[in-house]
Amino acid sequence: MNNTVEIRWHGRGGQGAKTACLLLADAAFSSGKYVQGFPEYGPERMGAPITAYNRISDDRCTVHSNIYNPDYVVVVDETLLESVDVTHGLNPDGAIIINTDKTPDEIRPMLSDYAGKVCTIDARAISEEILGKNFPNTPMLAAAVKVSGVVEPERFVSDMRASFQHKFATKPQVIEGNMLALTKSMQEVKVG
Amino acid sequence: MSIRDRLSGNEAVAYAMKQINPDVMGAFPITPSTEIPQYFAQYVANGEVDTEYVTVESEHSSMSTCIGAEAAGARAVTATSSCGMALMWELLYVASSYRLPVTLALVNRALTGPININNDHSDSMGARDAGWIQIYAENNQEAYDNFLQAMPIGENPDVRLPVMVCQDGFITSHAVENIELEEDAAVKEFVGEYNPEHYLLKHENPLAVGPYGVSPYYMEAKMAQVQAMKNAKKVILEVAERFEKTFGRKYGFFETYRMEDAETAMVLIGSSAGTARATVDKLRAEGRKVGMIKIRVFRPFPAEELAEALSGVKAVAIMDKAESFSDNGGPLFADTRAALYDLDNRPLTVNYVYGLGGRDFRVEDATYIFDELDKIVASGSAKPYYRHIGQRG
Repeated sequence: MNNTVEIRWHGRGGQGAKTACLLLADAAFSSGKYVQGFPEYGPERMGAPITAYNRISDDRCTVHSNIYNPDYVVVVDETLLESVDVTHGLNPDGAIIINTDKTPDEIRPMLSDYAGKVCTIDARAISEEILGKNFPNTPMLAAAVKVSGVVEPERFVSDMRASFQHKFATKPQVIEGNMLALTKSMQEVKVG
Repeated sequence: MSIRDRLSGNEAVAYAMKQINPDVMGAFPITPSTEIPQYFAQYVANGEVDTEYVTVESEHSSMSTCIGAEAAGARAVTATSSCGMALMWELLYVASSYRLPVTLALVNRALTGPININNDHSDSMGARDAGWIQIYAENNQEAYDNFLQAMPIGENPDVRLPVMVCQDGFITSHAVENIELEEDAAVKEFVGEYNPEHYLLKHENPLAVGPYGVSPYYMEAKMAQVQAMKNAKKVILEVAERFEKTFGRKYGFFETYRMEDAETAMVLIGSSAGTARATVDKLRAEGRKVGMIKIRVFRPFPAEELAEALSGVKAVAIMDKAESFSDNGGPLFADTRAALYDLDNRPLTVNYVYGLGGRDFRVEDATYIFDELDKIVASGSAKPYYRHIGQRG
């Protein structure tokens, strides 16, 4: 169990946090890991806060509870910082990764007393610039991989291309955009 | 050769159904089992199966569809959860008493109210007396493997009973985990063809379906079901043995985990067994003699085998993810405690009702229960024996 990396995702219904969580499970699976990717559901509606989780390890993890002491937290929607205690239980040796146009120094005062790494990425700007729409989950996934190192980055990029080719088989024109959003996010994520 | 993949529990069951290619599916959606008919509809649309996919207006009708199909000699499947199964209630008894081996993928969810979409076992536990075989899974792999074993069990001429293949809603159904899938041809050979000796449309050997059971004969029909359930015990083990020989994964009525020299133990069903397993490992590493038994087959109930497996422990916590409002413990507790009665040195027993409506069950909770078991052993008393864990205040 000691080698298990635990990740908690915070998003709003409709933003794709669950999809990003499952894509991360896919990527880690492709790199030979044992994975869990699962959402926590309440009353489902667009815009409601949702949580999703990943466990990634070298051996099958049999624990089927939610994650209370994650190594990493990914916040797909910045407005959640006002209503959800996103750093609750977060490992101080880990990191939080937030979708925002602010810098880590600007964000840190909003995170109660979290002492670990604070990382920011403007996933909305990247998505709107490259994809023309606000689909923050792909850039957030890429930032999470870059910061956590849970999957080797080069391997991740090549696996994601294969995954997009499968997922977007009927609309291949969006593959390059998603790949660009992915690599740009990995370059631009700020670690503070 | 097994195929390494990652799937959710619902995907795994839908995939098993695709490989089996049943004659009929009665399809009606309800959270969290909706994905099963949804994925299966894609297989139908893509021509990957030639199943008659019958979309109906309620679960009462989806089970009726399966009953009609099975009575006509076809192999029929459906999936449901919670209130969906509650609406099937009348038909559950019809399927079992008509001896029609329908296979039902049940994705366990709490019953209303308050309305809740999350996991507990109140739906299937409420149906424990409906005459269905009930098999439970800890994870996606077991949901898949159990589904592949359901038909060889239920359709066996000595059994001929419907089978409920249960997994935990969301916790298993919507969690993507690693899984080993088997080749289509190997699955088809393992599951086999369904060739019932009687059915409604078999002119040389027709079956009367739905006759009135007058008092001089009704009890004989029930005794035939009782005998079928007894026979199922043997068949379940035979199918598990053949499954292990074919695919390498071992199954039985229940799984014992680190029970050899255990002094205290936890008995439970479903996904929480994985959490209990991790807890047992943690406490064993601290030198504590703890073990776990995961119930796979709840109907028929493996009373003698379970009593034997628990005969060496001093105290056991029996965990119910369903409340039966008996004021005397939950359904697994009632059956397990009764099974232990005839032991010469029976362990002290305590019941914990947990996880209702999706309330999380953590390693910390399982650890607390093992700590309580130590207190029970020290004091020599399990009173109060009917307890709840995880609720506020």
